Amino acid sequence: MTDNRIDKLAVNLQQILSDRLVDINHALGELTVLIHSQDLPDVAEALKSHADLGFDTLIDLCGVDYSKYTTNTHAGYKRGERRFAVVYHLLSVKHNHRLRMRVFIEDNEFPMLDSVMHIWPSANWFEREAFDLFGVVFNNHPDLRRILTDYGFIGNPFRKDFPLSGHMEMQYDPEQKRVVYQPVTIEPREITPYIVREEQYGKGEA
Amino acid sequence: MAEIRNYTMNFGPQHPAAHGVLRLVMELDGEVIRRADPHIGLLHRATEKLAENKTYIQSVPYMDRLDYVSMMVNEHAYVMAIEKLLQIDVPIRAQYIRVMFDEITRILNHLLWLGAHALDVGAMTVFLYTFREREDLMDCYEAVSGARLHAAYYRPGGVYRDLPDSMPQYQSSAIHDEKTTKVRNENRQGSLLDFIEDFTRRFPGYVDDYETLLTDNRIWKQRLVDIGVVSPDRAKALGFTGPMLRGSGVEWDLRKKQSYEVYDRVDFDIPVGVNGDCYDRYLVRIEEMRQSNRIVEQCIDWLRKNPGPVITSNHKVAPPSRLAMKQNMEEMIHHFKLFTEGMHVPRGEAYAAVEHPKGEFGIYIISDGANMPYRLKIRAPGFAHLAAMDEMARGHMIADLVAIIGTQDIVFGEIDR
Repeated sequence: MTDNRIDKLAVNLQQILSDRLVDINHALGELTVLIHSQDLPDVAEALKSHADLGFDTLIDLCGVDYSKYTTNTHAGYKRGERRFAVVYHLLSVKHNHRLRMRVFIEDNEFPMLDSVMHIWPSANWFEREAFDLFGVVFNNHPDLRRILTDYGFIGNPFRKDFPLSGHMEMQYDPEQKRVVYQPVTIEPREITPYIVREEQYGKGEA
Repeated sequence: MAEIRNYTMNFGPQHPAAHGVLRLVMELDGEVIRRADPHIGLLHRATEKLAENKTYIQSVPYMDRLDYVSMMVNEHAYVMAIEKLLQIDVPIRAQYIRVMFDEITRILNHLLWLGAHALDVGAMTVFLYTFREREDLMDCYEAVSGARLHAAYYRPGGVYRDLPDSMPQYQSSAIHDEKTTKVRNENRQGSLLDFIEDFTRRFPGYVDDYETLLTDNRIWKQRLVDIGVVSPDRAKALGFTGPMLRGSGVEWDLRKKQSYEVYDRVDFDIPVGVNGDCYDRYLVRIEEMRQSNRIVEQCIDWLRKNPGPVITSNHKVAPPSRLAMKQNMEEMIHHFKLFTEGMHVPRGEAYAAVEHPKGEFGIYIISDGANMPYRLKIRAPGFAHLAAMDEMARGHMIADLVAIIGTQDIVFGEIDR
């Protein structure tokens, strides 16, 4: 997508969404908008049905856990102030443009957001996935069940405080002649440390 | 009078027609499906979480294992997202190599799909033919990367190495004597490009063979025509992409519409269906194989004429040559840092999508400036397609369900991630 087409889309978005648009950002050839969670159903409806926007496909929906993000999160939210966000990737086949929409969720303990399934039916499984992996509850979703994890799984594995090795492991017990669940027996280990460099690293003192 | 109740039946997860580990719980009214509820996740490996704990290069082989029948295209989306964040340029020769191998991968994927789909529906023969051709293409994979499936060939900044000048040859054994071995090695005398060129000359004839077996076959048509019809608007709303969307008559192909690498320099057409049923999607994919063959031919032609580097010379991203690393302190340090700590990707976020054989395959990376992604999200096309299974299967017979699974081109590596 060329830059002036993105700029045109940005102008359209500002006009149509006006004060519901918290922040709009154009970087790396992609347009990102930030909106408040209470505006989500209205904004989603406008994005889909307005003739100049026409986002007819929800390409992707993903949860993000910002609790270990090392800088201030997008659009100036302080670290820890908003733990969860949901990111929507939209595509308009009609106008051939894309948009990323981010919604931060107010409540860190019981994250909840309105479902967009009645606007984009493809949100069905994507919302179930975000519910399963991050524990984000989608209001008005008709069938919010776990999708990727095991039957009877406890916890939300993609949250940053969930260890990579998990809590439970399963194995076949030859004596009982069945599969048994037990606490993990392996120690969590770090293969490569997570390193964030300071801003001016490698630029030199001179 | 006896009470009539619907019957709930379990299908899979170890069913030969389920393409891996699909478990379906179906509510049946006689033989008619009233509700189909796919239970997925039996192959969930938390690829995204693993990638968040590994450096960027260490995650490349994980991408092969997502959709394990179109390996290099998965890598392509991943390296494109990293390149977008780093804002580095890829040498033009590497771009042509990527496009060529993307299309080889597309043929590989569609061949497996065609064979398996026909097998599910009851035509045994096609499977044997398609696997004969897959063998040649996997030899190309092997010649270029050393691995027949999980190549790890695309790297941020280019491809791992240039195309080889010679093609590995068969050796005679107890099964194949010297005379037959000589015949088998006939098209392997030159370089890899010669071998692929020989394949592209043979391939249209092979596709004709498949079409002779299937396209006008009465049983094939009875099983596919008017099964799993999806209207264009509904297909867009359900998040369909790739052949599933084109089969419904929407002319949408990222290679043309949001062109990446050198797809704007090669000539090809987008096939589009009319009715949006399984048969149209079959025709679309068959034509896509022919178009891919055309693209490969053009890439071979360009690659022969234009030698050059295949990976960026920025040693913060790509390792220096082995010789330079052994002789030069600077290169030595680059090599050490790159393979222990890994590259640092600037803070930001990027979504890169490619036209995968199955649809739009996208990688979304959020980076906070560290040596690993803060969040990596894989957008798998099959996930959205399988989510529509319930809607597509309702009102059809159980046997049609198998045709619908086949037409969706389900591979669990990418759906469960």
